Amino acid sequence: MITRRQFLANTAKGLAGLALPAAAFEIIDPKKLFADKGGKPGLRWAFLVDTYKCVGCGLCVKACKIENEVPYDAKVSRTWVERYVITKDGKLHADSPMAARDGFTTSKIDLGDRGFEDIKAEDITKAFFVPKLCNQCEKPPCAQVCPVGATYQTEDGVVLVDRTWCIGCGYCIMACPYGVRFFHPVYHVAEKCTFCYHRIKKGLKTACVGACPFGARMIGNIKDPDDPVTKIIRTQRVGVLKSEYGTEPQVYYIGLDEEVR
Amino acid sequence: MKSHVWRPLYVVVALVILILAVRMFYVPKDFGIWERGYMYGFHRKGSENDWKAFKVKYKFDNEDCKDCHSDKYESIIKTPHAIIKCENCHGPELDHPNDPPKLTVDKRRELCLRCHYQLPYPTSGRANIMGIDPEKHNPGVECVMCHNPHNPTLEGLK
Ligand code: HEC
Ligand code: HEC
Ligand code: HEC
Ligand code: HEC
Repeated sequence: MITRRQFLANTAKGLAGLALPAAAFEIIDPKKLFADKGGKPGLRWAFLVDTYKCVGCGLCVKACKIENEVPYDAKVSRTWVERYVITKDGKLHADSPMAARDGFTTSKIDLGDRGFEDIKAEDITKAFFVPKLCNQCEKPPCAQVCPVGATYQTEDGVVLVDRTWCIGCGYCIMACPYGVRFFHPVYHVAEKCTFCYHRIKKGLKTACVGACPFGARMIGNIKDPDDPVTKIIRTQRVGVLKSEYGTEPQVYYIGLDEEVR
Repeated sequence: MKSHVWRPLYVVVALVILILAVRMFYVPKDFGIWERGYMYGFHRKGSENDWKAFKVKYKFDNEDCKDCHSDKYESIIKTPHAIIKCENCHGPELDHPNDPPKLTVDKRRELCLRCHYQLPYPTSGRANIMGIDPEKHNPGVECVMCHNPHNPTLEGLK
């Protein structure tokens, strides 16, 4: 027979025993300690977009597609530019024809299947362009859901896809709250912005940053306090997209509006 | 011991061993948990090098064109078009002039309209660029018939 007192004591002991290994593991995991202390000189790529400077020329999209061999006439793109026009009646009109590969060469808003909508200049209250690309989240849900380990985050924070390993299940495409992923029309595997990993690792700027004539796009190391991008992020008012998802996106925006999603 | 329980069990064990053996050869040696842990860093390490080895196409350095196209280089640098990289209008440099021997020359009106189609958007940089309405401004003729892209100032009109 087990008494009530024994039962409670054993339960307490058992629970303590269960809790100990997990806690011990948490404390002595050397990799984690190393990372937290910043054992190495830190490198973590971050992006900054100034929406005031963007004129919607789309030269960034053109350069990205050519540099990264994303089929030029396919509708998919690793980066794109959105146009937001808000009229006096409070309505939002937004489009991004062909991902803005050829810029915005008409005042008409592209409604897709529903044709075009012309907006008179005098009806506009606010209008601006917002370049979009992968947010290279600190907690990327796309990498978390991959069942085979084909998409992953590098040490310096860039999320990449292993084309030889991807099985094309599409979970990551569904998991991304920003819709930046798509199937590559040629390789039929998941495709996404790599922050031009092949360029930034050679000390070059990404193709979109290099192409922008207006300095609307910038890339830098957020762990380096002297980096111009880091200085702006630390000292000015910047925003990120969909922070409520808890993905900790690392593409920062100057001049975000609540209409931008 | 003969039993209807053991025989299927042998088959299962054999299958498991087979799968483990195939896995040993099929999964690359460098596949595992890397810097970002099990949740985000479970991958083949060599994939990072695959991406690093991707071919660079754009140089975005107008200095590269200085020696051979000095006229264009010297001309554009004094104008508001100096902020536009040559490669934005002429395509990636790659190993030009070896490969390709010529870069593209795009004379379409659409190239200029990327920036010069008039969009009076008050809170965007677009409002500060001189704009035209292509249906009214000399329709049907290439912009470069009259304007010099390397010297767009109105003194540079052809
Ligand atoms: C080493 C010399 C050299 C350099 C450097 C060079 N080019 Fe050229 N480029 C040439 C030659 C040679 C041709 C062929 C001219 C011809 O056949 O008429 C050419 C052709 C071109 C053409 C086509 C001209 C036409 O009439 O069709 C363009 C555009 C061009 N280059 C742009 C550039 C740009 C932009 C750069 C810098 C990124 C550059 N080039 C760098 C030598 C050079
Ligand atoms: C705004 C876009 C634009 C930029 C920027 C630009 N070009 Fe051009 N370029 C053109 C166009 C359009 C033509 C065709 C002009 C014509 O036919 O009159 C051209 C023609 C040329 C040609 C060959 C044809 C000729 O008229 O001799 C060369 C070479 C050239 N550009 C080099 C350069 C170089 C080098 C730079 C950078 C310093 C540069 N371009 C920047 C648009 C541009
Ligand atoms: C990437 C954007 C961009 C593209 C593409 C572009 N321009 Fe410009 N252009 C500018 C900017 C910025 C200015 C300076 C601001 C202004 O005065 O409008 C300018 C100025 C001009 C001017 C007025 C210059 C003056 O001082 O009076 C003319 C004319 C012009 N561009 C013609 C062209 C032509 C022709 C093309 C196509 C070959 C072209 N532009 C392509 C951005 C661009
Ligand atoms: C038939 C010759 C001709 C053609 C073709 C032409 N332009 Fe012009 N453009 C002019 C002249 C002349 C002026 C200066 C007088 C004026 O403002 O109309 C001018 C002025 C401009 C200006 C300055 C506007 C301002 O407010 O001062 C821009 C920008 C411009 N053109 C862009 C373009 C673009 C882009 C194209 C092609 C889509 C083009 N032009 C085609 C002759 C031409």
